[in-house]
Amino acid sequence: MTHPALPTEALILNRIQETEDIFTLQLRLTDPAQQWRLGIQPGQFNMLYRFGVGEIPISFMAIAQDEQGQSVLAHTIRALGRVSQALAALLPGDRIGLRGPFGNGWPLQQAEGMDLCVVTGGLGCAPAVSIIEHAFANRALYGHIHIIQGVKHSADLLWRSRYEFWAQQPETTVLMAADVAAPGWPWYSGRVTELIKRLPLNPEHTLVCCCGPEPMMQASAEQLIRQHVPADAIWLSMERNMQCASGHCGHCQFGADFICRDGPVMPYPRLRDRLGLEGV
Amino acid sequence: MPTADYLPRHSLSHLFDLLQQHGYRLVGPQVIDGAILYRPLTAVDQLPSGTEQVQQPGQYRLIQTDSSRRFSWANGPQALKPLTFTPRETLWRSQLHEDGSLSFHETPEPATPTAVIGVRGCDLAALALQDQHFADDPYYRQQRDALLLIAVDCSHPADTCFCASTGDGPDAKAGHDLALTELDDGFLIRAGSERGKNLMTALPLTAASHASHQQAETQYRRASQQQRQLPTFDPAQLIHLGGHPAWDAVADACLSCGNCTSVCPSCFCFSESEVPELDGTASSHQRQWDSCFSEGHSYIHGHRFRPDTKGRYRQWLTHKFGSWVEQYGRSGCTGCGRCISWCPVGIDPLQVLAQLGDEPPTSN
Repeated sequence: MTHPALPTEALILNRIQETEDIFTLQLRLTDPAQQWRLGIQPGQFNMLYRFGVGEIPISFMAIAQDEQGQSVLAHTIRALGRVSQALAALLPGDRIGLRGPFGNGWPLQQAEGMDLCVVTGGLGCAPAVSIIEHAFANRALYGHIHIIQGVKHSADLLWRSRYEFWAQQPETTVLMAADVAAPGWPWYSGRVTELIKRLPLNPEHTLVCCCGPEPMMQASAEQLIRQHVPADAIWLSMERNMQCASGHCGHCQFGADFICRDGPVMPYPRLRDRLGLEGV
Repeated sequence: MPTADYLPRHSLSHLFDLLQQHGYRLVGPQVIDGAILYRPLTAVDQLPSGTEQVQQPGQYRLIQTDSSRRFSWANGPQALKPLTFTPRETLWRSQLHEDGSLSFHETPEPATPTAVIGVRGCDLAALALQDQHFADDPYYRQQRDALLLIAVDCSHPADTCFCASTGDGPDAKAGHDLALTELDDGFLIRAGSERGKNLMTALPLTAASHASHQQAETQYRRASQQQRQLPTFDPAQLIHLGGHPAWDAVADACLSCGNCTSVCPSCFCFSESEVPELDGTASSHQRQWDSCFSEGHSYIHGHRFRPDTKGRYRQWLTHKFGSWVEQYGRSGCTGCGRCISWCPVGIDPLQVLAQLGDEPPTSN
């Protein structure tokens, strides 16, 4: 009997403290036979395992090449629960387990030839960074790139230099919002939906990738629809408790959908009538 | 030639012997701790004899009669589910080596060929639901493929039963290898698979009398007339009735104990956890039955989607009778009534569904 998703060993190459409680692990898979797992797509996730503690689902952030040309997998994590805090204690040279990739990622093929609009809130920006990086790495495949990032407090902003870099690229719009802005915040103070109103959208030729708290995603989708973006061009990345990642353990059910298997990225029309329902 | 379809009561032991000769471990109903439990057995006299039941909301009692019937009761708290979906099992083990490296190992445990005697129609239908859900789960499949199923049509449904209205009983409809209808002096027997047919040829069967067939028919008609029935409601609407006052009333009564999900033969949720060895060099990754009534079921980095009993009960009911239809093409309930009998406060989900069904569909 072969377990379809037995973990494989990953070596921590680097650990980057992004904010007080958010950190990024850069990983290398040690088993040459397991490198197929690097085929992970933007929007998909891995189960990261700390020995003796347990597993959590973490969305894929980026793959880079190190000096030796080997692939380095990056996962950004907030240290909040038992497992994520145990992962936060890791140092370069430590080993973890990794199962994946799981779930459906962003609709990359459908997005080709279209403008991309990436709307994110809070740590929702981690899985969205993966598609932004993908779009810049394959720049000719996409039209205008709109990036909207919202944070609760201006101090929560991750990867400021990255956003500033993207803002300087041609055919790119970057708008940032903080619900609560500290003095010196150069961008908008308020909600992301207000920024969506300012976007010079070409609605018939735009594909939207949205990731963040559900009320924020719902409000963003409705605002985009008011600006004539077709509902089926809006994709959301959903989140629920996930333990098996194979659609069996039942925790990630969102109505009839198993988010780990049918998502986490799903088209808005499929989610629309369930978003905002209490306890679903 | 008349069909050989009758097994006299005193020949039931031939079936036991035959199955054991074929290498099967036998599992069947027994009276243990005041309930009907499915446990390993080797001989007919371990089966209940003359045992009947009273089941009511929040109540389960056995009654002893002087009948020689072995299957004159409806069901116990569990039947097939623990045999295929193990309540607690290790999925894989990890090992921490001296150089700090980790390795991962599967923990295959070969399944023992098992013949289950006395399976009910409701439980066969629930097994088919679990088969759908766990179709690509190797742990489940391994146990499942080792089962041979000998059903016994239900002749004494409890007051909590409503399998006739879900279409899953009281007789065994599909999924069995053999099915028996217990009569006063013996059993009508029919095969549901090639394996069952082969077994029948090795049994000392005779042709059932006309009177036996008539008795079976009367018994079936009587068993089909059940007190409880599934009310009319729109499964697709259930999830949209979150504001209905019926939820408040049921949440006031519900203890969020999870008994209903434990005894439900179709509930499939499990949690995964880590059990490290004391010496710190190895760790087992296990799964065990979980319940949508548990505190942690909807937990996600510091937030619970269903912090209160109302939300959890609503999740259970709207999934079982609503979302399940969308997931697997039919309701997740097969009418066994266990969730009613084993609820410590006697909540009857059919009453909740009836109240919800009275609500005119809401628009979104």
